[in-house]
Amino acid sequence: MADKKIDYILEVNDLEKAYPVRGALGNVIGENKAVKGVSFKIERGKTLGLVGESGCGKSTTGRSILRLIEKTGGEVLFNGEDVYSFKGKKKRELRTKMQIIFQDPYSSLSPRLPVSEIIGEAVKEHKIVPMNEVDAYVEKIMKQCGLQPFHKDRYPHEFSGGQRQRICIARALAVNPEFIVCDEPVSALDVSIQAQIINLLKDLQEEYNLTYLFISHDLSVVEHISDDVAVMYKGEIVEMNSKEEIFNNPQQQYTKDLLAAIPGKYQG
Amino acid sequence: MRKFIIKRLLLSILILFLASIIFYGVLNNMPSDFFEVKAIEMTKKPGNKLTKEEWVKKLEKEYGKDPNLVRGYCTWMKKALTLEFGESWHWNVDVLEKFKDVIGNSFFLALAAFILQTIIAIPLGILAARKQYSKTDYAVTVFALIGISIPGFFFATILKYILSVKLGWLDLYGAVGRFHDDYNFWGQMWDTFLHYLMPILTLTVTGIGSLMRYTRTNMLEVLNSDYIRTARAKGLPEKTVINKHAFRNTLIPLVTILGGSLPGLFGGAMITETIFQIPGIGYTSYQSIIKGDIPFAMFYLMFSAILILVSTFITDILYAVVDPRVRVQ
Repeated sequence: MADKKIDYILEVNDLEKAYPVRGALGNVIGENKAVKGVSFKIERGKTLGLVGESGCGKSTTGRSILRLIEKTGGEVLFNGEDVYSFKGKKKRELRTKMQIIFQDPYSSLSPRLPVSEIIGEAVKEHKIVPMNEVDAYVEKIMKQCGLQPFHKDRYPHEFSGGQRQRICIARALAVNPEFIVCDEPVSALDVSIQAQIINLLKDLQEEYNLTYLFISHDLSVVEHISDDVAVMYKGEIVEMNSKEEIFNNPQQQYTKDLLAAIPGKYQG
Repeated sequence: MRKFIIKRLLLSILILFLASIIFYGVLNNMPSDFFEVKAIEMTKKPGNKLTKEEWVKKLEKEYGKDPNLVRGYCTWMKKALTLEFGESWHWNVDVLEKFKDVIGNSFFLALAAFILQTIIAIPLGILAARKQYSKTDYAVTVFALIGISIPGFFFATILKYILSVKLGWLDLYGAVGRFHDDYNFWGQMWDTFLHYLMPILTLTVTGIGSLMRYTRTNMLEVLNSDYIRTARAKGLPEKTVINKHAFRNTLIPLVTILGGSLPGLFGGAMITETIFQIPGIGYTSYQSIIKGDIPFAMFYLMFSAILILVSTFITDILYAVVDPRVRVQ
């Protein structure tokens, strides 16, 4: 095989996820396939953009990779290991290697925890640094994500959307992961803030050699950050290629439609 | 916050004032008049020379009741403001004296039921939420629905039928047994416990359902929230996710309603106390009201109104205390 030399951090083969459909009494009366056999690979240190309209299974794919929801078929290999073979403590330790940044920075932070606890909790749990260095470590991470040390004792509701997303990024980064699923991290933010967050993610990627799976419905955002792009439609990947190919030479009609929908660009 | 408290206090005073007018009006227009009943009794006594109407006038004067409604109310209000509620007509002692005698029984009964409800309902509610749509969840839900639907007097009657009539283990009613005074201290404690068992059980079972459903609903809402997903994404043990992240956020609504129900512990359970003849504030007031004992009934109704106002007030304050989002504003 030609691509044997390339170091793939993540390999997803035929991933499937079906949700049970429940009747009025909570009994299962059918299933709804959100993801129907998705396969892709991501090279270490690179970013794969996953685009598609809402409800096409992008987020389900991202969360199934992390086992935040359990897949119903296929396999997920992380550094060559099947993540679904992990159990108990090993499954939890996987979280230090793979992290996720959620879409909504408002609801994804516990309202009852101060920022230091939001960021430091997992650091303590997984013993990323010795106990007495946790404070300094949290401060360092916060600084890297553009937060001030005095923000530590504040609660999430005291921050703006952009700052909250910085907290979410700091939280994910704190456990020192190799791979981060960015699940629409900028969709809930203003355009001007979007650029800041994207640049922050790019800087962090360079510094820590991070690999991203960047999920978005916004092609112009994906264009900024991705190396490769996969286009998803109704639970399946319809086209996957390098960013340049996707944007300049789209093969599928659905990809062309998506590109045509970007205002002011790619007319025709 | 201070502005809020002052506003609430002023509003409470207005509410109490209006409530007292309604209470006084209703109590003075009840079909069974205390003096009428007593006057009929007196006319039937041997050697009676006065008519019923004359007896009513005489008795009213003796007990200090003003036949004029407005003047009577004003007199009552003036005294009530100095925390003087007069002498109870039915019990023949000072209202506050009688209240002091019986409130302990009510409080003990309500507190025991409250503690039992809390320690049973909250863990069951959490369990049901964690295992949504499982057999456990259905079992807990059915149990809760039975508790909510079954009326207290009906459940009490069934308990009496099984435990007293059929099995003969417990006395049908009363706070203490016939031979209570003959027992030593521990014997008396045990006797009291046995007599309070059925009332406590009744109050617990009938009150447990709603608290359990409330816990389950709130826990489910929290468990499905985004920040619980974040907690899971952190790779925390499930125990930490449930206890620290989920339960803490469920505590906000729970503490609010539990704190709000604390003043209710003094309110007495009128129906349950009456069925089991526990001499608490509920049973005593029930007897006072059917006898037309206006001083005691007025006191009890005002006391209940104050308890409800205090409850809602505590609920609102607690809401601000436990939720950091409310605190800063």
